[in-house]
Amino acid sequence: MIYRETGVFHAGYREDMRIFPLFLDRAGMALVLVVLFVGVPLVASEYWLKGLLIPVLCYSLAALGLNLLTGYTGLLSLGHSALMAVGAYAAVIAYGRYGISMPVAFALAGTMAAAVGFLVGVPSLRIKGFYLAVSTLAVQFIIEWVMTHVGWISGGVHATINVPPLRFLGLPLDTAGEKYVLCLVVVAGMTLFAKNLVRTKIGRAWMAIRDRDVAAEIMGISLFKYKLMAFMVSSFYAGVAGALLAFAFYQAANIEEFTLASSIRILGMVLIGGLGSILGSFLGAAFVVLLPILIANGLHVAAGLSGGLVRTDVVANMELVVFGGLILFFLIVEPLGLARLWKTFKDYLRLWPFPY
Amino acid sequence: MPDLLFAIELTISGLLNGVMYALVALGFVLIYKASGVFNFAQGAMTLFAALALVGILARVGLGLAIVFAIAVMVVFAFAMERVVLRPLVGRPPLSIFMATIGVSFVLEGVAQSIWGAEPKGLNLGMSARPIEIGGVYIGRVELYSAAAAAALVAVLIWFFQKTTIGLGLRAVSDDHEAALSVGISLRRVWAITWTIAGLVAVAAGIAWGTRLGVHFAVVLIAFKALPVIIIGGIESIPGAILAGLIVGATENLAEGFIGPAVGGGVKDFFPYLIALLFLLIRPYGLFGREIIERV
Repeated sequence: MIYRETGVFHAGYREDMRIFPLFLDRAGMALVLVVLFVGVPLVASEYWLKGLLIPVLCYSLAALGLNLLTGYTGLLSLGHSALMAVGAYAAVIAYGRYGISMPVAFALAGTMAAAVGFLVGVPSLRIKGFYLAVSTLAVQFIIEWVMTHVGWISGGVHATINVPPLRFLGLPLDTAGEKYVLCLVVVAGMTLFAKNLVRTKIGRAWMAIRDRDVAAEIMGISLFKYKLMAFMVSSFYAGVAGALLAFAFYQAANIEEFTLASSIRILGMVLIGGLGSILGSFLGAAFVVLLPILIANGLHVAAGLSGGLVRTDVVANMELVVFGGLILFFLIVEPLGLARLWKTFKDYLRLWPFPY
Repeated sequence: MPDLLFAIELTISGLLNGVMYALVALGFVLIYKASGVFNFAQGAMTLFAALALVGILARVGLGLAIVFAIAVMVVFAFAMERVVLRPLVGRPPLSIFMATIGVSFVLEGVAQSIWGAEPKGLNLGMSARPIEIGGVYIGRVELYSAAAAAALVAVLIWFFQKTTIGLGLRAVSDDHEAALSVGISLRRVWAITWTIAGLVAVAAGIAWGTRLGVHFAVVLIAFKALPVIIIGGIESIPGAILAGLIVGATENLAEGFIGPAVGGGVKDFFPYLIALLFLLIRPYGLFGREIIERV
């Protein structure tokens, strides 16, 4: 009864085209932003910030990129982590080796990843579905090899490049709180861009391609152009996410963090969170990043109750089983993911306290 | 000339390697042929089968161990059909593909829980000395695997072309609903398909387990089989064999001749380069059928 669309009248195009037409939604979003920008850095502990919130933000951005490609355009990609690696290495080399300032380094990371994404997307002119997915997998392996074997990139035997102390436009970023705010600013800006992008002609073209591409082509949507655009935009997001991870979380660019397992994990985030949903990318990323911690704590609690200790390999195996089980659960029970659950809850709120 | 002998040795060992890749690729092809879905869990199934075999080999003879491994995979196939495939009937192939991703994680976790994660050796009692023919050395394991794979392929080709069940499998792969309307039971077909894929997994698991030892790397072999499927066409058994031979031979030759120049590791991605090339020239593989969409 409190949360409803009735009684909300739009007086002009501006009100009509808002992302959040309802006042409660806007107020809620503003509150969330205030808590995230101001409240969290003041209150949260170092462990929470460093260990949880920063990776959740970075992986949300990566999942958002993959959601644009797989959820909105319907092109399955198994090589997303490789594009993150491209962005990470590009940013770290630009910033660390050539002293380029951080904002430009981020832009460079995204652009390089988008260039590689362009190459990945070219086969989509001729192949689709499973074969396209395998070609993205091929790109994943090829990029992994290139990162470790091309000396100019990896700088020798180890493919890890460490990041010098961070300075953003002259401000040093030493504490976890400052790095967290950097991630938050970048992620918030790019999420807003993505949300608006899917509301434009480009987003609608993507959804048309996903739903029935032959019909889209007949309507005059150039499939190749929009598929390439989807690959490039999603790769841009992946590149920036990889750069953020390298700067704020790992303090290094390391190919071991961007392997096929990571690609599959991000695909899992998109699946669990909800294909074709911006909010879903965040929910899925938070879920998957926090899952190992939940499982470990759950097992410790269970072991503590029964009076035993939990071995690390049992925890690791439970993680695998639970992760796989969750993917199956969401596919079978709620294929539209956590975002759909949230939407169902909001629909329930519309009627509350009335039953129908 | 030492170079020519080197090339011949590389080619022959590559061809035999290729047969072993083809063995893994067969599992993918079978499941795609019958249910139209790419089974991401095939590598995990191979590992599971190999672990089941090795786990029981300590106590019983080889023949009984193979029977046990086959029984385990049959149980898995029926469980897979009941728990995963039946609820997902009619969903887009993307959903089922992602379900196989989930299954592969579950299989890995369960396998490591039951049998532990340390590598185990698989000793079939074969001598490790290679056979020599005219100056060229051929490994025994590879030769036996090639023979076993050839026998398996012959049986499978006969199965798909001549038996009723095999024809039913192919019908289901074409169109679920049409097959249902003709009276073919989807559940039976899927259970049989996954059982056969499980058998292939047992064979591949034995072959690769003997070679590499049974541990997590076996799962990665499945990814090596992907270029094989792309080049051969995911629906074709002869294609998988031929493509396996091509991939095996070329990757060995590439590693041998290009490898020293670029610091090694060419084997890892060279098959994928070839696959990408094939994708641009012949998108559906050498023997694959072109996907014709009806609007």
